[in-house]
Amino acid sequence: MANHAGPVKVQNPAKTLLRIFSYIGKYKGSAIFALVGLILSIAANVAGTFYIKIILELVINVREGLATSADLIQAIGSLIGIYAVGIVAVFTQERLMINVVTGVMRSIRDEMFEKMERLPVKYFDTRTHGEIMSRYTNDTEALRQFVASAIPQLFSSCITVVAMFTMMVILSWQLSLFVVGMLALMLISVGRIAKKSGSYFIKQQAAIGKVNGYIEEYIEGQKVTKVFCHEKKVKEGFAGLNEELCNNATAANAYANSLMPIMGNLSYLLYASVAIIGSYLVLNGALGSYAAGIATLIAFMQYSRQLSSPIGQAAQQFNGILLALAGAERIFDLMDAEPEKDEGYVTLVNAIIDEEGNITESEKPTGRWAWKHPHKDGTLTYTELKGDIRFESVTFSYEENKTVLKDISLYAHPGQKIALVGSTGAGKTTITNLLTRFYDVPDGKIRYDGININKIKKDDLRSSLGMVLQDTHLFTGTVKENIRYGRPDATDEEVYEAARLANADFFISHLPEGYDTVLTADGANLSQGQRQLLAIARVAAADPPVLILDEATSSIDTRTEWLIQKGMDRLMQGRTVFIIAHRLSTVRNADAILVIENGEIIERGNHESLINQKGRYYQLNMGMFELS
Amino acid sequence: MIKKLASSVGEYKRPSALAALFVAIEVALEVAIPYLMSFIVDEGISKNNIRNVIIFGCVMIACAALSLFFGVLSARLAAKGSAGFAKNIRARVFGKVQDFSFYNVDKFSTGSLITRLTTDVNFVQFAYMLVIRVAVRAPLMLTVSIIMAFTLNAKLAVIFVAAIPILAIAMIILIKFGFPLFEKMFKKFDEMNSKVQENLIAIRVVKSFVRENHETEEFRKASAAVQRAQLKAEKVVVFGLPLFMFCIYACLLAILWFGGNLVISRTMTEGQLSSFIGYVQQILMSLMLIGMILINLVISKASIKRIVEVLDEAPDISDEHADPSLKVAEGSVEFKDVCFSYNKSDNYVLNDINFKINAGETVGIIGGTGSAKTSLVQLIPRLYDVQKGEILVGGKPVDKYTLRNLRDAVAVVLQKNVLFSGTIKENLKWGDENASDEEIAEACRIAQADAFIRSFPDGYDTYLGQGGVNVSGGQKQRLCIARALLKRPKIMILDDSTSAVDTATDAKIREGLRTKLKGMTVIIIAQRINTVKEADKIIVMNDGRIDAIGRHEELLATNTIYREVYESQQKGVE
Repeated sequence: MANHAGPVKVQNPAKTLLRIFSYIGKYKGSAIFALVGLILSIAANVAGTFYIKIILELVINVREGLATSADLIQAIGSLIGIYAVGIVAVFTQERLMINVVTGVMRSIRDEMFEKMERLPVKYFDTRTHGEIMSRYTNDTEALRQFVASAIPQLFSSCITVVAMFTMMVILSWQLSLFVVGMLALMLISVGRIAKKSGSYFIKQQAAIGKVNGYIEEYIEGQKVTKVFCHEKKVKEGFAGLNEELCNNATAANAYANSLMPIMGNLSYLLYASVAIIGSYLVLNGALGSYAAGIATLIAFMQYSRQLSSPIGQAAQQFNGILLALAGAERIFDLMDAEPEKDEGYVTLVNAIIDEEGNITESEKPTGRWAWKHPHKDGTLTYTELKGDIRFESVTFSYEENKTVLKDISLYAHPGQKIALVGSTGAGKTTITNLLTRFYDVPDGKIRYDGININKIKKDDLRSSLGMVLQDTHLFTGTVKENIRYGRPDATDEEVYEAARLANADFFISHLPEGYDTVLTADGANLSQGQRQLLAIARVAAADPPVLILDEATSSIDTRTEWLIQKGMDRLMQGRTVFIIAHRLSTVRNADAILVIENGEIIERGNHESLINQKGRYYQLNMGMFELS
Repeated sequence: MIKKLASSVGEYKRPSALAALFVAIEVALEVAIPYLMSFIVDEGISKNNIRNVIIFGCVMIACAALSLFFGVLSARLAAKGSAGFAKNIRARVFGKVQDFSFYNVDKFSTGSLITRLTTDVNFVQFAYMLVIRVAVRAPLMLTVSIIMAFTLNAKLAVIFVAAIPILAIAMIILIKFGFPLFEKMFKKFDEMNSKVQENLIAIRVVKSFVRENHETEEFRKASAAVQRAQLKAEKVVVFGLPLFMFCIYACLLAILWFGGNLVISRTMTEGQLSSFIGYVQQILMSLMLIGMILINLVISKASIKRIVEVLDEAPDISDEHADPSLKVAEGSVEFKDVCFSYNKSDNYVLNDINFKINAGETVGIIGGTGSAKTSLVQLIPRLYDVQKGEILVGGKPVDKYTLRNLRDAVAVVLQKNVLFSGTIKENLKWGDENASDEEIAEACRIAQADAFIRSFPDGYDTYLGQGGVNVSGGQKQRLCIARALLKRPKIMILDDSTSAVDTATDAKIREGLRTKLKGMTVIIIAQRINTVKEADKIIVMNDGRIDAIGRHEELLATNTIYREVYESQQKGVE
């Protein structure tokens, strides 16, 4: 997805660079040998050019009878050796670099994902998926190119320029003096182009972001555009953004494209100037004998032509480096985001409970559970897991000044069914967000079997709560694997039983491969209702003592819902259940119904008492039967 | 295929052609330079003639300066041409998609259309720039350099004739072996990315089942598979550069040896030899560039194909049979023996549908998930065409109206509805561009949206983020209804459009539609019986067929499905 390319903004290049290098450090061995290979290959290249001078000199000397062809053969032999070293060195460097690059990228990906899994739900709630996703795609790709090509290129350019310049000084200091001037000119022009091109490049990226955003929005809403015959307007809106992108892209590429011709031709200017001055020096005898002079000049000219190419190549990396550093900072941002805090120490253990109610811990599953509560004095106490839940005047807001829940108190005795009713946005889902500790409340406000839930380890707390959410999410894998998701060690028989309970058995057996049918991305090959049935089966297999059904049956039509009701009833038996619904038919037989409005509980009671109370619940019910 | 895209160059033909021309001039000058070099050595230095050195040197400087000028000019023009080309393609594809019918969009899926418009267009833009710059430069450079080399010394130039095929074959082999490996690698990348995507969407499920470690483990596996695939592919590519260097070095050595002997035997001058050496790199470098272009063209070929597929797709619904002057006169709807399937096969989702709705009636449609309720109503504004039978709106077949006239008269509030980024007012004005503030407020009052809009600090000027993220689901639905009402349609279709609205508000909306908009035909798809109970007609759908049509009391007495739905919603109530 190239759609979410983030803005190009580098805050702290030095720190980011250092951190990138720390990953490369993990592959120190390969990296160092790759660097050695790089240096050797450059040395071979520079030395090779130098040897061409020696050979040309020898050729003339042989012709003039000043040297023998044996000398020439020997020189060519040496050059073969130098070239052989160069080729081997290049191969070694490239081969080792792929180890480094793929390794670095994998470490970064793995670390990013691992850290991401530990982030609080809030992190995901406050960012779009595309935004996070692009760190795995665009940003890591920019970073890969940086490690794979920009870093070696920068190293190689520096070393090459230094090595060539050294050789040039050795060949002729007089000519080198002149080259220094040209070199300065080259560096200045490169610097200017890179700067200009960089600033336009940043603008271009911003324009791409805008165009892609527009494309995404209007392609996703295309059906609405059709229904309103709004095509012309939408095209006009697009044309404006498209034009802006075109202008920025032209400017950015004009600079980036002109880098090579400028560098290349500056080097020809250098070449020609060196030829004139050099010839003058040769004829003056300032470069030694005639043969030596010509050979020196030719070698020198080779160097002066080659000098611009490492500088140009380094400069070409500039935009990529900008992208990579901006991307790396976003990646590191994700890694550094504060993980979900968990100071809980009360854990959930398998328990053996005798007739007097004494609890002992068991290694093996016993079908009963207890909270293991270590105390400061080193003693342990056990509390049986019953599913008793209390909220004591909980007030909560996601953002400051926007209270979502006001002074909520509620209790659910073990095995009770508590229904939360109210319109969308009233705060029903927030209650489950707090119970699962997706979001945290101050100490002691929520108690689970009498224990402050902030003291319970999050993993253990969540294992004891089963959730079926409004948006069901399934994972790529077989139906069986999906049902088993909450309890990986469930036997096949238990999986089938769970499916039967949720009334999912019937449609599963009609799938092409039955329980082994592979579900594609988020269960796209199933209907919404079928997905919901699977989600219910998944919870049934996990067998938690407390259930949270957040609009669990909203996508199932009432008739199908009625059909699965029996399964649901069985599922709910003996468990504490929180049912969140705006459809009242699903909550009638709850032990307690809480009507929530604007974050407050305005009524509570069972169906009959609430109807008799003739309050909001009664109105809601009547609204339902209001003959309109 | 390429021809199809090439027409998008349009007004950017001139900069593109000039860019290529200037590149050619640049190349000619660049090649002349090493040739001039041999004059400097042979006519100047060898003959002890400083004048010739200065003359040829100055010509060389002039050539370099000219080459610089044309090079930069061509760089700028190429940038202009390729950015413009991309702009035109983007506009063309985007425009095309806007003309797509629902059928066309379903066929491509929105995700794939977005990739085609973004990633694929970028690839093509890059490839185009490469073509107008390098595809002219490299072969030209290659040809001219070879000619020059032959002019200098034909015997020595034979070395290239041997080297070029070796390099070419080696590169072809590398591409042949490397390409499938890279394709495999991209597949592994896709798998890994979908793992991430899955976790982003379902993070609450992962956390509530405490499967973070499991997911991390799964990701590590996918990530390791990517690394393995990448290593495998790169291991082939890694031979490329050493091979190329081998060819250059071998040529240089051969030229030095044979050329050196020619110089010794005085059949060649030292100046010619040094010029010759200059051509080694130019020739082999051009060859390398040609290889690079070929690889890029192969990569962008897939992109080109995907773009052309969109351009080639014929919108399957058009105004072909329409009479532009015909307007929908009244809000009656009639289905005559209608059969319909989404993929145009005879595997119908709707079978033999027959019914008639009179203008001004309120009609409810009830049925289980998958009973094709939505498919049925989408046929009325001709969002899809039927396979068999006929649909009449206002007494005339739907394809006799232009789409504009038909859809202006038939408003649908879709199940999956979308608001766009912009203010609430801007969104509402989609229904009627010239609506006055009072008209907008009136529509919102009927849709029960006025009150909550006014409660926002910025009221009707509240800015909505992409997809209307800052309003709740129920609020969004009400805004969508208001937007549709502003069209003042003859027929209003509500496809489960109040599912997130609480029952009391839902009742008020229906009340408003009934009393304030008399004469408008209203078709309501609903889950709740009470939503449709009062309707003039209720259509009960089951598995793509009409199970029954009637009023509430009739259906309750005679129709099993209807009764079951009703009872499922009555449970526990006196």
